[in-house]
Amino acid sequence: MKLDRRQALVLTGSAAFIAMAGLGVGPAAAAAEDTEKKIMDFTGGKAPESGKISLTAPEIAENGNTVPITVEVESAMTGDDMVQSVLILADGNPNPEVATFNFTALSGTAAATTRMRLAKTQSVIAVAKMADGSVFMDKKEVKVTIGGCGG
Amino acid sequence: MATSKPRVKVPKTASAGETVVIKTLISHEMESGQRKDKDGNVIPRKIINRFTCEFNGQPVFSCDIDPAISANPYFEFSAKVPESGTFKFTWVDDDGSTYTDEQKIEVK
Repeated sequence: MKLDRRQALVLTGSAAFIAMAGLGVGPAAAAAEDTEKKIMDFTGGKAPESGKISLTAPEIAENGNTVPITVEVESAMTGDDMVQSVLILADGNPNPEVATFNFTALSGTAAATTRMRLAKTQSVIAVAKMADGSVFMDKKEVKVTIGGCGG
Repeated sequence: MATSKPRVKVPKTASAGETVVIKTLISHEMESGQRKDKDGNVIPRKIINRFTCEFNGQPVFSCDIDPAISANPYFEFSAKVPESGTFKFTWVDDDGSTYTDEQKIEVK
């Protein structure tokens, strides 16, 4: 079979669409209020400040199935200057929760890396809860281009 | 996948009080409960929902996991090593089974 350029484009386009449909099934993506509520539940109603926490994620993720993320919190990890836990949320996924990291004094530094799934282009949010009760947040927008028709 | 095989990387030695980086990976399909099979039935959720790391019985790091974590969950984190001892890693599956691994570290 010989393909001209136009047919080839249509074929790759539909392949990309099938790939997207595979990820996109299920209930509608979590609404922003839901994410907001999850943050409030985690912080106990406290509005998070910016700073201290830094979330590293790729600007553009080619494959939404494995997106590497790293979260790091500035802290001495002793006494009151200690990170208790870090909540990771993705506001465009069917369920906004991604993971909760719990640190201890034996952690040394409050840093962790993992790989997550992203259904579409959206913001990834990291919220850190400190031992003294303060709360910090960082947010990164990740563009997801599965097969080039996302985002 | 019938068996979930954990793989863990811990340095063999460290100096007292040093913070080392630990990398863990376990093979697991992490079925999210969102996908459907070819007949349109939802494939039931089956993920690893909790991961913990202990050093000589003391908690070091733990993680509550939701379906948004990728298949073959990978975690990289740090641990402070006050003395020679053993790291114990535990993964808890939705079906109740647990997978464990242990790694020794020596303080020089």
